[in-house]
Amino acid sequence: MGSESGGVRERTRVAVGVVRFAGDSGDGIQLMGSRFTQAAAERGYDLATVPDYPAEIRAPSGTTFGVSSFQIRFGGDAIRNPGDLADTLVAMNPAALKVHLDGVREGGTVILNTGSFNEKNLKRAGLESDPREDGTLKGYRLVALDIGKQTLDAVSGLGLSRKNAARCRNMYALGLVLWMYGAGIEPARAWLEERFGAGTPVGRANLRALEAGHAFGETAELAAGAPVYDIHPAELTPGLYRTITGGEALAFGLVVGAHKVGRPLFFGSYPITPASPVLHRLAALRDNPDVTVFQAEDEIAAISSCIGASYAGCLSGTSTSGPGMALKTEALSLACAAELPLVVIDCQRSGPSTGLPTKSEQTDLMYAVWGRPGEAPLPILAPKSPSDCFDTVVEATRIAVRFMTPVIVLADGYLVNASEPWLLPNVADIAAVPAKLHTDPEGFQPFMRDEALARPWAIPGTPGLEHRIGGLERDADTGEVSYDPENHQRMSDLRAEKVARVADALPAQKVEVGPPSGKLAVISWGSTYGVVREAVEELRTEGEEVSQIHLRALHPLPRGLGELLAGFDRVVVAELNSGHLRALLRAEFLVDVEGLNQINGMPFLVRDVKAGIRGRLM
Amino acid sequence: MNAPTVPTKPDPSYFASEQTVRWCPGCGDYAILKGIQRALAERARPREDTVFVSGIGCSSRLPYYLATYGFHTIHGRAPAVATGMKIANPDLDIWVVTGDGDGLSIGGNHMLHALRRDIDLNILLFNNEIYGLTKGQLSPTSRLGTRSPTSPGGSSERPVSAVRFALGAGGRFVARALDVQQDRLPEILVRAANHPGASFVELLQNCSVYNDGAFSFLTDREAGPRQRLHVRHGEPLRYGADGEFGLRLDARTMKLEAVEVGPGGCSEEEILVHDEHNPALAGLLATIGPPDFPLPLGVIYCDPAAPASRPVGKAAQPAIRTTDEELTAMLASEGTYQLT
Repeated sequence: MGSESGGVRERTRVAVGVVRFAGDSGDGIQLMGSRFTQAAAERGYDLATVPDYPAEIRAPSGTTFGVSSFQIRFGGDAIRNPGDLADTLVAMNPAALKVHLDGVREGGTVILNTGSFNEKNLKRAGLESDPREDGTLKGYRLVALDIGKQTLDAVSGLGLSRKNAARCRNMYALGLVLWMYGAGIEPARAWLEERFGAGTPVGRANLRALEAGHAFGETAELAAGAPVYDIHPAELTPGLYRTITGGEALAFGLVVGAHKVGRPLFFGSYPITPASPVLHRLAALRDNPDVTVFQAEDEIAAISSCIGASYAGCLSGTSTSGPGMALKTEALSLACAAELPLVVIDCQRSGPSTGLPTKSEQTDLMYAVWGRPGEAPLPILAPKSPSDCFDTVVEATRIAVRFMTPVIVLADGYLVNASEPWLLPNVADIAAVPAKLHTDPEGFQPFMRDEALARPWAIPGTPGLEHRIGGLERDADTGEVSYDPENHQRMSDLRAEKVARVADALPAQKVEVGPPSGKLAVISWGSTYGVVREAVEELRTEGEEVSQIHLRALHPLPRGLGELLAGFDRVVVAELNSGHLRALLRAEFLVDVEGLNQINGMPFLVRDVKAGIRGRLM
Repeated sequence: MNAPTVPTKPDPSYFASEQTVRWCPGCGDYAILKGIQRALAERARPREDTVFVSGIGCSSRLPYYLATYGFHTIHGRAPAVATGMKIANPDLDIWVVTGDGDGLSIGGNHMLHALRRDIDLNILLFNNEIYGLTKGQLSPTSRLGTRSPTSPGGSSERPVSAVRFALGAGGRFVARALDVQQDRLPEILVRAANHPGASFVELLQNCSVYNDGAFSFLTDREAGPRQRLHVRHGEPLRYGADGEFGLRLDARTMKLEAVEVGPGGCSEEEILVHDEHNPALAGLLATIGPPDFPLPLGVIYCDPAAPASRPVGKAAQPAIRTTDEELTAMLASEGTYQLT
């Protein structure tokens, strides 16, 4: 736990805080955010974070397109999304202020690094005048200090070059914001010591900057009128926690999922934004004797290697994003035809084509459901939060093995990078559903089926089961290549029916919030869960009759969904695309589903969802 | 697990499946299939440990005709599928069957990387210098001027040399063989399969329908012996019905010369001796062919060095090794905090 720091000033008690850090992509903004997150988590807050960073690694300094940001919402309430508007913005340069001032609530606090407000940076940010003087900041509480200079003063005498000394400024700003929210520096100190070593010049300098920023507030140097807060911890279930990003949870889900079906994990992937964190996290598990990670030469080889490994008896997984999904299409169809278990994680991003690689969307749903030539059905699941990425992938591995099918997990760029507290599961408590490898040659043929219509998993090395499979159509009775029309109809029906039956293995659909019938239901899927839930809850508090239905399974659609939809006067799907799920629901249930859609690369804001729903309640 | 079973001296037919072979009459694939079955019989590995992985095309139908495990995958991707399979289970004996279009056109990238990574696969590239299954279009190995439905005026593209490609990709075992030479083919296949690491064999294969006679210059009873150079490690590079020709190196130009051996020609001592371990000689042999030179057949390059590091999976074990406790610890490996 971080130490409480009182300070001399009276602290304002609030339930929830929202802080946004913004600066150059090389300013250490993400680090500031992740260290603030750890401190907030250890104080017992519930929280949600979201980074927003440019596609360029180090965009030209001082420019608006080079601005990187990190927002965290934390507090004593249940926090299910990172919040619309920030209470506090830390703007490390004029460009960051220009880009993010709109994201600060009225009356919010703006911490400005004044040292960066020179003519050159104003010009680079495309500002005609200095926002400190032209009225731009009217209505905000301003905390203006030269963070760069304060940092240099704080770390002087430690023998660092001026450049390296200046790089500690993110720690100074972090210290200050931690103090503003009544948090101590212990978690950040511990991290710095682990990262740089306690006695190294860089470690000492960063620590000194952190302490100086914190002390700046504590010694009441902070300009009068700047707010300081007191936020009570949340009532979270006691236990061992960590914060987890969706990327980490997707990786861990594959490891634990494979373990629980009793097969080694083969992960074949190819680097792509925003899915690479999954590959990195798994590659770091090089000492795990059950995890093999292979960086393939391209997206096609990545999934093809998985298919080979699945055939050989591994639980295989791959991760990618839209452009990679397109390339994997043919191999995914092969996995459908060969009926092999495989988990494909699509971290959706904005398209078409390269689109906005670091921005998030839900625009691959139609592709996932229908985007394979030929009839090639497969199950699709979508996680709703960073930690739910773990549960969803574990579920996906079970389905893949039980039904001998590829499964698509539709995550997105937002989920991969967002984080939240996670009450760590005990892996022993997760049900094991071991895969059954077929070994009996008696009566074997590769496309014989069990009660779930799954074919046997008969792996090379097993005597007496030598057989040939592939992309050509098979005879349903003998497993041999067959061009027979009736057989193709039968096999097409069997593949469809097998996937349809996945719905029986999953929970029937329930409402998430509100009554199971009524005036209006908002349907969400995937990462929009938290925003939609908050919007619906707020509307209900305000007296509106509205429910939320959240889908994890997108194909096949959950049992009971049609009946549920029939109980509402109006049904609105909120999704970050042009209406993919809406079209699927209309086609499936002949219900006049409406859409609440956004395709700007950003997550929904609660206020926009509320307004959209309210407009339909008039 | 069922006990592995293989006869001590299996007959080639032990490796034949019950499927009726469906290639065109006169297709070179029949001979290659026979050669493969002979090679399998000689190696006598259990059928259950053997997998044939193929892409798309006439040659890629081959796995159906063998009584081993087989996977007829998609166009060009067999090396990638086989790579995952081999990493997942290094104990398997995995053969990749591909063609000139499958392996060097649509799948050229995977071929490059399978060779570069030195995955222990036995890669057989059936080269008939034409697309067969799609009815006779130009392939990346088709010779200049080839007339086809997609090059009615004759091809203007320079063909790729499969052997040079394989050497360039870092292949450590590169060989070339002729479909009909049953006296030599099985031996080369056995050597390829026994080589630790990726082995690449270009199989010159006659397409009797779309490119008939493409290799008749090699098989011709009269002229063939002067066109075929059978290379064998430690033996002089001589050819012709009675070995009356040979290859000599001009050290000043670093070029090979085709010369007559014996009285009136050059002496036997001047003829190069094949050293399959020598990458420079392999490079030279890979570049020569008709009309000025014979075409080298046999093991052109075999790197005897201990296999370089290559991706190996941890998945060969029949059961998983980690415990629930270890995975719980993995989840808790960073940034944990206790809430009370």
